[in-house]
Amino acid sequence: MRHTISVLVENKFGVLSRVSGLFSGRGFNIESLSVGETIDPAISLMTVVTIGDDQIVEQITKQLNKLIDVIKVVDFVEFEHVEREMILVKVSPKKNDKAEFLRLAEIFRGRIVDSGPTTFTVETTGDEKKIAAFIELIKPFGIKEFVRTGTIAIAREGIKKIK
Amino acid sequence: MKISGAEILIKCLKKEGVKHIFGYPGGVVLNIFDILYDEKGLELFLTRHEQGAVHAADGYARASGKVGVAIVTSGPGATNTVTGIATASMDSIPLVVFSGQVPTMLIGNDAFQEADIVGITRPCTKHNYLVKDINDLARTVREAFHIASTGRPGPVLIDLPKDVTSGMAEFIWPEEVKIRSYNPTYHGNKWMIRQAAQMITKAKKPVIMAGGGVILSEASKELKELAELTKIPVTTTLMGLGAFPGTNKLSLGMLGMHGTYYANKAVQDADLLIGIGVRFDDRVTGKTSAFAPEAKIMQIDIDPTSIRKNVSVDLPVVGDVRNVLRDIIKGLKEQKGQWGAVRSSWLKQINAWTKERPLTYSFDDKVIKPEFVVEKIFEISKGDAIICTEVGQNQMWAAQFYKYDKPRRWLSSGGLGTMGYGFPAAIGAQIACPDKLVIDIAGDGSIQMNIQELATAVINKLPVKVAILNNGFLGMVRQWQELFFRERYSHTNLDVIPDFVKVAEAYGAVGLRAEKPEDVVPVLKEALKIKDRPVFMDFKVDWREKVFPMVPAGAAIDEMIFDEEKKKPEKKLKAVK
Repeated sequence: MRHTISVLVENKFGVLSRVSGLFSGRGFNIESLSVGETIDPAISLMTVVTIGDDQIVEQITKQLNKLIDVIKVVDFVEFEHVEREMILVKVSPKKNDKAEFLRLAEIFRGRIVDSGPTTFTVETTGDEKKIAAFIELIKPFGIKEFVRTGTIAIAREGIKKIK
Repeated sequence: MKISGAEILIKCLKKEGVKHIFGYPGGVVLNIFDILYDEKGLELFLTRHEQGAVHAADGYARASGKVGVAIVTSGPGATNTVTGIATASMDSIPLVVFSGQVPTMLIGNDAFQEADIVGITRPCTKHNYLVKDINDLARTVREAFHIASTGRPGPVLIDLPKDVTSGMAEFIWPEEVKIRSYNPTYHGNKWMIRQAAQMITKAKKPVIMAGGGVILSEASKELKELAELTKIPVTTTLMGLGAFPGTNKLSLGMLGMHGTYYANKAVQDADLLIGIGVRFDDRVTGKTSAFAPEAKIMQIDIDPTSIRKNVSVDLPVVGDVRNVLRDIIKGLKEQKGQWGAVRSSWLKQINAWTKERPLTYSFDDKVIKPEFVVEKIFEISKGDAIICTEVGQNQMWAAQFYKYDKPRRWLSSGGLGTMGYGFPAAIGAQIACPDKLVIDIAGDGSIQMNIQELATAVINKLPVKVAILNNGFLGMVRQWQELFFRERYSHTNLDVIPDFVKVAEAYGAVGLRAEKPEDVVPVLKEALKIKDRPVFMDFKVDWREKVFPMVPAGAAIDEMIFDEEKKKPEKKLKAVK
């Protein structure tokens, strides 16, 4: 099962490696990882997406909690939450396709952030499904470059436990 | 006044109450060793290998309950500590290990004797540090001791670049330690504790399974009180030996792969299994799906990650074992149950199992049986020695045939299973407890893994006794080959075994040998007379002897094989992994 885990950590060197070590030590791949400072610069927030057996993921979250530099761990599988990811994609549509491409980008609330003689760079955000759908649709236009930030997640207000 | 980082470090150690350190010098720790040269009240024991230093610190910690401390140099000095650190980590032993490191500006440059020891030890320490600023040094040492010794204990490593120990700074000792992300739970949840007391009252066939956590939290008294109050039989894991008196009527001895028939039977038949300070290791549970099939499982442990890791638990209580047991006992006393009457048929059943298949071996008057040696060690030491072991058959016989009545009398590498652990650990234990009799029960294979520590024991006049159960083989592996690999003894026959008597003498220790059963007692008595140096006792034992009962890997723990079945192993032994 897919798990989005948010890990609040001390903003120190070596912490990322402690966290990722718990996944790699069990042969788990990290599907996506995003790290950034919180409002308090001494604390960082990591959002890790991984796919694995629920029991093993539970073990990992407990082990994460046990790391000295980890302040809090939330596995969003248990909570209603909002997930977002941002992508930047450089596309070179043929002359006749440009209009259609721009329309498509608009449907997905994409923004053109750069354009060249033959390319557009479009920025869009969304959850996993929306991003996947967008990528599928623009593939035929010719993707030249593609980057993504990794998923970030936040609990919905009045956190409800899903059970 | 500014003082050097090395001086700050030594001041910190003294503030932490450290009296004995184990270590080995080298290039980047010269500053520290230079301070130690004049230092009074802080004694460094020079081992002959860094692995020995860490095992000695570990033995010191297990025997005394204090934090063990080791100091080594960078690169190979640091990497040599890894086995020792991993050993302590698996058994939750509090250690603080200081490794030297190349100067900060050279880190990452492949400098001479550089190793990324913080990276290497990350998965086998409770926590580790690289001190990059001398102003962080005192606080780091304070935190390290705090982390090592609280919660579920464990080893902490501090990497000290040379410019940090040679730099100058004010010494400011942080009286308080505050780590916002580290707050172990010491007291059990009240609701859970009430539930626990109710489960104990309702149970008809309960068994307590006590582990190393009972010893670490100094809860032996409470465990005994709980067992005797409610008349619940107690089995211990390998790490829990001594947590409950082995000679007590309610003791079932050890359970698991080489546990007693009656302990394993009791667990498999129980309706309530109370795991206290245990982690349900695979050597204890055997096939987990067939483990304690009838029982509700209650687990008391300070570490939430131990709970529900290997088996599903009906009632988890997270907290310090001693506190939780006290609270449960209090709850039970209020109930005023008639435990004796409730348990009599269960205890009768257990008694029948005990009689059916007691822990035994066949004595021989021509060749020394290893179990016989352990039995005699128990008798002659009156059960009051600190027993260290290596790993393999020697360890299992020492676990089975010596009855441990008190905690901190059994020092053995349970989790990692480190051959070469026992002898340096015995040295550490003897330093921690100079008036105690310390005996390492060893095999001829294991003892050769850290035999160089004879020098450490001789120079410090430590009367450590080493009983080598010499069968000429890597016995436990040979046993598996005999039972599961059609007696193909691939690389387990040691062929060339040194003359241990001569080895001991070459180092200035005493060497004794027993070749016949009648030699065993005189050799032991002779060894016990020697008070000023180590003794090697070379017991030439029956190489065919195997450890029984035995649960084959992957089988349920009541699918045991016994001595008499050794000729027809194929019948019962199928699942081998």
